[in-house]
Amino acid sequence: MNLAARPQDATLLADLNGEAALLDHRGALFLPDHRLLVVSDLHLEKGSALARRGALLPPYDSAATLSRLATVVEEYRPEIVVSLGDSFHDGWGAERMPDPFRAQLLALIDGRDWFWIAGNHDPEPPAGLPGSTVREVAVGQLVFRHEPTRGDAAGEVAGHLHPGARIVRRGRSVRRRCFATDGRRLVMPAFGAFTGMLNLRERVLWDLFEPARLRAHMLGTDRVYPIAGAVLRPG
Amino acid sequence: MSEQIGLFDGDIAARLPEPFLRWFAERGWAPRPHQIELLARARGGASVLLIAPTGAGKTLAGFLPSLTGLAARAPRKPGAAFRGVHTLYISPLKALAVDIERNLGKPVAEMGLPIAIETRTGDTPTHKRQRQKHVPPDILLTTPEQLALLIASADAERFFAGLRYVVFDELHSLVVSKRGHLLSLGLARLRRLAPDLQTIGLSATVADPDALGRWLVPQQPPGRMADRIAVEGGAKPEITILASDERVPWAGHSARYAVPDLYQAIRGHNTTLLFVNTRSQAEILFQELWRVNEDGLPIALHHGSLDVGQRRKVEKAMADNALRAIVATSTLDLGIDWGDVDLVVHVGAPKGASRLAQRIGRSNHRMDEPSRAILVPANRFEVMECRAALEANYLGAQDTPPLLDGTLDVLAQHVLGAACATPFSADALFDEIRTAAPYAALDRATFDKVVDFVATGGYALRSYERYARIRRTKDGLWRISHPRVAQQYRLNVGTIIEAPMLNVRYVRAGRGTASRGGPVLGKVEEYFLETLSPGDTFMFSGKVLRFEGIRENEAYVSNAAGNDAMVPSYAGGKFPLSSYLADQVRGIVADPARWQALPSQVADWLRLQRDKSVLPKRSDLLVETFPRGDRHYMIVYPFEGRLAHQTLGMLLTRRLERARAQPLGFVASEYALAIWGLRDMGGMIGSGRLPLANLFDEDMLGDDLEAWLAESWLLKRTFRACAVIAGLIEKRYPGQEKSGRQVTVSADLIYDVLRAHEPDHILLRATRADAAAGLLDIHRLGEMLSRIRGRIVHKHLDRVSPLAVPVMLEIGREPVAGEASDVLLSEAAGDLIEDAMGPT
Repeated sequence: MNLAARPQDATLLADLNGEAALLDHRGALFLPDHRLLVVSDLHLEKGSALARRGALLPPYDSAATLSRLATVVEEYRPEIVVSLGDSFHDGWGAERMPDPFRAQLLALIDGRDWFWIAGNHDPEPPAGLPGSTVREVAVGQLVFRHEPTRGDAAGEVAGHLHPGARIVRRGRSVRRRCFATDGRRLVMPAFGAFTGMLNLRERVLWDLFEPARLRAHMLGTDRVYPIAGAVLRPG
Repeated sequence: MSEQIGLFDGDIAARLPEPFLRWFAERGWAPRPHQIELLARARGGASVLLIAPTGAGKTLAGFLPSLTGLAARAPRKPGAAFRGVHTLYISPLKALAVDIERNLGKPVAEMGLPIAIETRTGDTPTHKRQRQKHVPPDILLTTPEQLALLIASADAERFFAGLRYVVFDELHSLVVSKRGHLLSLGLARLRRLAPDLQTIGLSATVADPDALGRWLVPQQPPGRMADRIAVEGGAKPEITILASDERVPWAGHSARYAVPDLYQAIRGHNTTLLFVNTRSQAEILFQELWRVNEDGLPIALHHGSLDVGQRRKVEKAMADNALRAIVATSTLDLGIDWGDVDLVVHVGAPKGASRLAQRIGRSNHRMDEPSRAILVPANRFEVMECRAALEANYLGAQDTPPLLDGTLDVLAQHVLGAACATPFSADALFDEIRTAAPYAALDRATFDKVVDFVATGGYALRSYERYARIRRTKDGLWRISHPRVAQQYRLNVGTIIEAPMLNVRYVRAGRGTASRGGPVLGKVEEYFLETLSPGDTFMFSGKVLRFEGIRENEAYVSNAAGNDAMVPSYAGGKFPLSSYLADQVRGIVADPARWQALPSQVADWLRLQRDKSVLPKRSDLLVETFPRGDRHYMIVYPFEGRLAHQTLGMLLTRRLERARAQPLGFVASEYALAIWGLRDMGGMIGSGRLPLANLFDEDMLGDDLEAWLAESWLLKRTFRACAVIAGLIEKRYPGQEKSGRQVTVSADLIYDVLRAHEPDHILLRATRADAAAGLLDIHRLGEMLSRIRGRIVHKHLDRVSPLAVPVMLEIGREPVAGEASDVLLSEAAGDLIEDAMGPT
């Protein structure tokens, strides 16, 4: 394992179903043994998707998402990138994407094995972009798919649910995106600039994990904070 | 009318039409001179501003031109088209419009005048609104939001073509907010639809009546004003400061010490109104009064968070004189006239002298008899503030807030509304908008940017042309691109953006959120409820409640055992000390001759300060430094209000950090600011390493402010309001949120992305201007910094000074204003490590 590649403030999660994994505070997962980077729910071109319906949100969400992705890619230098589904907010997102952003994305893809996992928002391959569109990818002890499966799914890394966690300390409430994991499976935080979150205490998320071992790795400004499941608040 | 009419004066009254003369004569009344003067000026074609105290017959005066005009009008011939609205009456409160309908309807019926008077508010049923569109009443009583909706409809032109008068009630309170900006734009539009219309503004006494005079008439040429009629106040109010034998506390806001005295005052009067500044104070005072209410007097509670049904019940009981006392916040503030109040008590400092005048006006609505009021300071600084307010009221000094320039988010809303009504030409709309006083100085480039924002979001990256909400067509006119746009506009009209609130619902104890709900008690801010854990107690609706949990958009509560509760720390309803009163308080502190008007314990406190430290001169800024425990303190006394002090605290700690003084935190009160740190700031100042002139230099409002603002949650909160008003994001309705969080985009995320990619976007410009005027009070801070240049007095002490005690007591009581939520995460993560180590 190449520790030199590990940026200082990421949290090392020694064991995810037997694989070493790094949880990055920007919301990316890195497997050093496989030089594999995972991001989930980019929801590129969400701004323009909403603009079509009359909400003229700033058209810079793709730019914001991609520049964060570029930073992470630059730091970890992965050989394989997995975009874990809902990479585009809708099926026309890739077509709508303004040229400068498309160029930025192409530069990231160039020279890497790039997997687009099909999501519910984007079941088809993104128009005009390289990379393989697949339903799932298996690497080592892990399998990557968009929607988490019910029941026991050891080694599953999924997205789709946009987990977020909330704590209350000293009369103040803090709500952040998070990685949710019990050591066997993991649900990724949404990476996109305009993506919201769903509280980990909601049953659809909570029931996926073994409660006693559940941790919310909440995304801080420059590191990830592991919080025990019992501390988390609904809402 | 319920108002009393003065002595008979045949000469002036002779100008009235016959039915009016008869009506007055039958009652042995006569119109007052200002009522007749207003009528004469209106008949001469002028718009008029009437400034008069409560009880002077303002409302009748405002309607006389309409009533006499309508009475003289030839009846409509059968079969002829219905005439449009003749007079529009706009009030800040729905309840006020309803009140006027009743009070105006009575004399109109008694005189047998064929005049139709109707209200139109958010509560008006749809079928009635529809009917009003086809058969408009002669006099329509409504609110600013309803006016915005009316002028944005396609038939506005027909509806308002015959409009003769627009009457603005409580104009002084309408004009000082964004609501007033929207209303001024609506008025500009009305003037275009009905070029002959005249305005009549009714106002309480204000600091700058010229500004109101300009607001009422088109600013072409700039500076034009409506005619002004001012009525002198009636009898001087009898105001006293509560003289209690109890000790006045150093700090705090509850005024618990005064409760036995207040109870005696309530017993000694028919009906007492007790005003407080915040809802949490109202809850506490209500509880405390009932604790001592041995006679079981009917004492009620009224504030804006309570359930509407419950509020109406209290108001009715009040009108029926069934109550002996009512504890209220500003929801009862405006000129609604209820019952037979013979005493007003103001608990806590009144914050602004004109607020005090308004509140005292509540007592005894007869202009010729003096009002009675008691001021109850909650702490020692407030004793001085009450003293200053009292003197101001006698002196007639006024400190209503200045009128600010029109904001751009409101302008954007209006531009979209204009397009919903009818296609517009940018040139004509620009000219029309500049006739509105708040927008008289608007430049064309900014206007064009706002139009561009309404059309496509106004982004430098021009990728939304095909999604435009309004488009310029070949004829050069802008029109909406789809009927859906008008629907969206109607749902989002208005400028009142409230913090998200949850219903508070009563359930049986211990059943958690699984229990079936009982009655709704009212609404509480979501952010407050979020900090509670099941089992926590808080005071609301006059009860101590136990928090059971949140389900969807409701908070479940049950009866709590015991009387002690954590109190809702509502942000709502806190008013900063006005500049005028602040100056007066500084004046009192600086001048020992004025101390004899103060209670002896307060005067002794100031004497002690003079002996142990120093008393600042009126325009000086005192800075004290001293060690205490293992920390070093710096206390600053600007007397500029909590908002400005909080901003100052943020900026000073940044500077102290750079100067390596290692500041740890600060707390701001209405009067002072305390900063503490690890290094001896007094020593650093004394040795010249930390020059105070540099520390307090006005340049802190430049880069430091920008740097801090960029990350501040204050700005994010302001942005959300601007974005909703401007129509970028939709209003949030209760219940939508939970399902909506994944789907919609939160304002915070939009703010972050926009700031990173287009920092000079028009909406960010609007946000910064708003925050500067509002939450940050930067204008006031700037004035203070320039006032104290070269006048900073430093006193290094070896221990805490008497003047510093109140703000020192706030430390730990007030949450330290903070941005660093990562610190909290870090602590929670630390718990995990302790957990992991297991019990030892």
